[in-house]
Amino acid sequence: MSNAALSQAGLPAGTDAGPGTKLLRAVAGRVVIAVPYLWLLLFFLIPFVIVFKISLSQTAIAMPPYVPVFDLSEGIFGLFASLRELSFENYLWLTEDALYFNAYLSSVMIAGASTFLTLLVGYPIAYGMARAPATLRPILLMLVILPFWTSFLIRVYAWIGILKPEGLLNQFLLAIGVIDQPLIIMNTHTAIFIGIVYSYLPFMVLPLYSALEKMDYSLIEAAQDLGCPPTSAFWKITFPLSLPGVVAGCLLVFIPAVGEFVIPDLLGGSQTLMIGKTLWNEFFANRDWPVSSAVAVILLLLLVVPIVLFQNAQARAQEQGR
Amino acid sequence: MQSLGSIRRDFSPWNDPAAKPYIVFDQVTKKFGDFTAVNNLSLSIYEREFFALLGASGCGKSTLLRMLAGFEEPTSGRILLDGQDLRGIPPYRRPVNMMFQSYALFPHMTVEANIAFGLKQEGMESSKIADRVAEMLRLVKLEQFAKRKPHQLSGGQRQRVALARSVAKRPKVLLLDEPLGALDKKLREETQFELMDLQQKLGLTFVVVTHDQEEAMTMADRIAILDKGEVMQVATPAEIYEAPGSRFVANFVGNVNMFEGMVTARDASGVSINSESGIAIRTENAGDAQSGAKVAYAVRPEKIKVSSRPPMDTANNAAEGEIYDIAYLGDMTVYYVRLANGLVVKAASLNSARLTDDPLTWNDRAWISFKPDSGVVLTR
Ligand SMILES: Nc1ncnc2c1ncn2[C@@H]1O[C@H](COP(=O)(O)OP(=O)(O)OP(=O)(O)O)[C@@H](O)[C@H]1O
Ligand SMILES: [Mg+2]
Repeated sequence: MSNAALSQAGLPAGTDAGPGTKLLRAVAGRVVIAVPYLWLLLFFLIPFVIVFKISLSQTAIAMPPYVPVFDLSEGIFGLFASLRELSFENYLWLTEDALYFNAYLSSVMIAGASTFLTLLVGYPIAYGMARAPATLRPILLMLVILPFWTSFLIRVYAWIGILKPEGLLNQFLLAIGVIDQPLIIMNTHTAIFIGIVYSYLPFMVLPLYSALEKMDYSLIEAAQDLGCPPTSAFWKITFPLSLPGVVAGCLLVFIPAVGEFVIPDLLGGSQTLMIGKTLWNEFFANRDWPVSSAVAVILLLLLVVPIVLFQNAQARAQEQGR
Repeated sequence: MQSLGSIRRDFSPWNDPAAKPYIVFDQVTKKFGDFTAVNNLSLSIYEREFFALLGASGCGKSTLLRMLAGFEEPTSGRILLDGQDLRGIPPYRRPVNMMFQSYALFPHMTVEANIAFGLKQEGMESSKIADRVAEMLRLVKLEQFAKRKPHQLSGGQRQRVALARSVAKRPKVLLLDEPLGALDKKLREETQFELMDLQQKLGLTFVVVTHDQEEAMTMADRIAILDKGEVMQVATPAEIYEAPGSRFVANFVGNVNMFEGMVTARDASGVSINSESGIAIRTENAGDAQSGAKVAYAVRPEKIKVSSRPPMDTANNAAEGEIYDIAYLGDMTVYYVRLANGLVVKAASLNSARLTDDPLTWNDRAWISFKPDSGVVLTR
C-alpha cells in the first residue's frame, strides 16, 4: 500500500502517528519494494536453480529423463545422497564437442551483426521520428509498435513467403527485370539478418527515440552557431548524447537475438548453427535434458556480461541528471 | 533641450551622418504561417555598439536575433552585416555568435571543452586554444571549474560558461538572448557590469535581448523598444526615459503620469494644454504638437513635487488633491494624490533626509506641481 492510500484511509500523515501505524507504514513500504524481488525470485531465480540442478544431473531413460531426482520422502539423508551424485560432467562435455563452441560463437556473431544492422536501420527512423512535428509523433510511435499486434511467429512465416525463390521479392525483381535468376535468400545468413532486423527493430527504435526526443534542439543550433556544419554537429553532439539509447537498443536486440530460435529455424535452414537451435535439438530431439540445461546455463552466463554493461550504462545515464 | 546622449559620452555614431551602420535590418518581415512575428522592421546598429532589444514577451525579440544568427530566414526584406547581405548564409558561416536564452551548453562536455568547441571548429592550433580557453575562464572567473560538466555547476556558473563559449571566438557580433534571465538580482547587477566591461575590452558589437528595462537602461548605448514585431522607438536610455516618442514608450519604460488633453495655444515659448485632469499645463517641450491637437503630457513621478503648501504659481502645472495612498520604498516615497475629478497622480520624492519636516499622511490635502520642462508632449 502506498503512502497516499494510507492517508486516504484517514490515517494522520504527521510524525506523531502511533507506533502501530508507523510499523504498518514501514511494512507497506517494504512490501512495495519487495514485489519485483518476489517476482524475480519466483520466475527467475527458482527456475534457474532447477535448470542448474538438472545441468548437473545425468540422462536417464525415465520420466523426468535424468537422475538423480530429489525425493523428499527419503528424508534429509536421501537428499544428501542424491546431492553427491551431481557432477559438472555435462559442462566438460560442452568443451569436448566443438559443436557447442561453434554454436555459441556463431550465435554471438550473427546476433552482433544483426544488432549492428538494426542500429543502422533504426537510428534514422528514430531520428526522423524525434524531429517530426510533435503532433505526428504519437502516430509514428504507434506505427512502430503496430507489428506487435500480430503474432511473432506469423510475421516470421510471412517472410518465408517473401524471401523464398518463388516468393514475392523474387517475383517482383524478376518482373521489373533487375535479375533474371531468382535470388537465393532463404536458408542463408542474409535471411536470418533480415528476420532479426525486422523483428527486433522496435526494441532498437524505442530507446533511441526516447534518447533523441528529449535532446534539446538548441544544442544543435549552438553547435552550428559556433561554426559546426550539420553533419559534424550530428557526430559531435547528437550521436554522443544519444549513446545511452544506442547502448540500450543494442542490448535489447543483442541479448534475445543470441538465444533466438524461431528465426534461424524458419529462415536460416538446417545448416545454420545457432545456440537456440542447438538447445532445442538437445532438448526435444535428443531428450538430453542435462546437457541442454548446461547449454542454457552457459548461455545465461554469456549474456550476463552485456546485461551488466547495460546496467552500468543506464546508471551512468541517470547520473548525468537528464 | 539639452542633449540626452549615450553614457559613453564620446560614442554616438548614430548621430554621425558619415558613419556606416554595421548591422542593418532593412524592411524585414518574418511570418510563421499567417502569424507575423516581425513586421516590416528597419533598424541600424553600429560597430562596437551595445544595443538592447526591449519589449514584452512574444514581441519578436528572439526571432530578430535568430534571423541575425541564421536560424530563421526573413520572409521578406534584407539583413546586412558589414554591407553583406546575409540571406542564404548558414549559421555556421556567419561571423556572429549567440548566447542562448537556455544557455544550450553541451551536457557531455566539460566546461573547458564547451569553451573550446568553437575554436576547434575554426581549426585553431591546440596550444592557442588552451591559451584562449584559460583566458576565457579567467574572464568569467571559473578557473577552478574547468574540468566540471555543466550539470555540476550552479545556474549562474552555467550562464558564465555560456558567455565564455560565445565570446571565445571573438565574433564580430555577439547576440545575447536574455543572458541574465536566470540570475538573482545581485549576481545580475554584477554580471551586467562584467558584460559592459567585456564589450569595451574586446571592442565587440553586442545585441542583447531583454524584457527587463532596468537591465537595458544599465547596459545599452541604445535601446530599441519593440511591440508586436514593430520598432516603437530607437534611442539612448536617457532619451527613451526623458523623451519618449509615444504614449506606448512612455508607459512601457518606467512609471509615468499621462495627462490627456488638447493644445489650446502654441507660441514661441511652448504650448498650453487644457488637460482632462483639470490642470492647465504650460510647457516648453512642445514637440510637433499644433494648436487643437489631441495630445498627452507625460510626466515622470519623480518630477512631480508634493507639498502641503501651495506652489508659487497655482494657475499652471499645479493642482490640489488628497493623499490617497503612500508607498514607502526606503530610498523614496511614492504618493498617490487624488485630484478633484478622481484622477490619481503618482509623485515620488527622494528621501534624502531621514526625517522630513513636512510629513504628509493619508487623507491630507496636498498640492502637486511640476516645472514647465518636466514632461513631454506626446502626439502619438
Ligand atoms: N517557430 C515558430 N513558429 C510559430 N510561431 C513562432 C515561432 N517562433 C516564434 N513564434 C511566435 O513569434 C512571436 C515572437 O516570438 P519570439 O520568440 O521572438 O518572442 P520574444 O520577444 O523573444 O519573447 P520572450 O520575451 O518571451 O522570449 C511569438 O508570438 C511566438 O509565438
Ligand atoms: Mg525570447
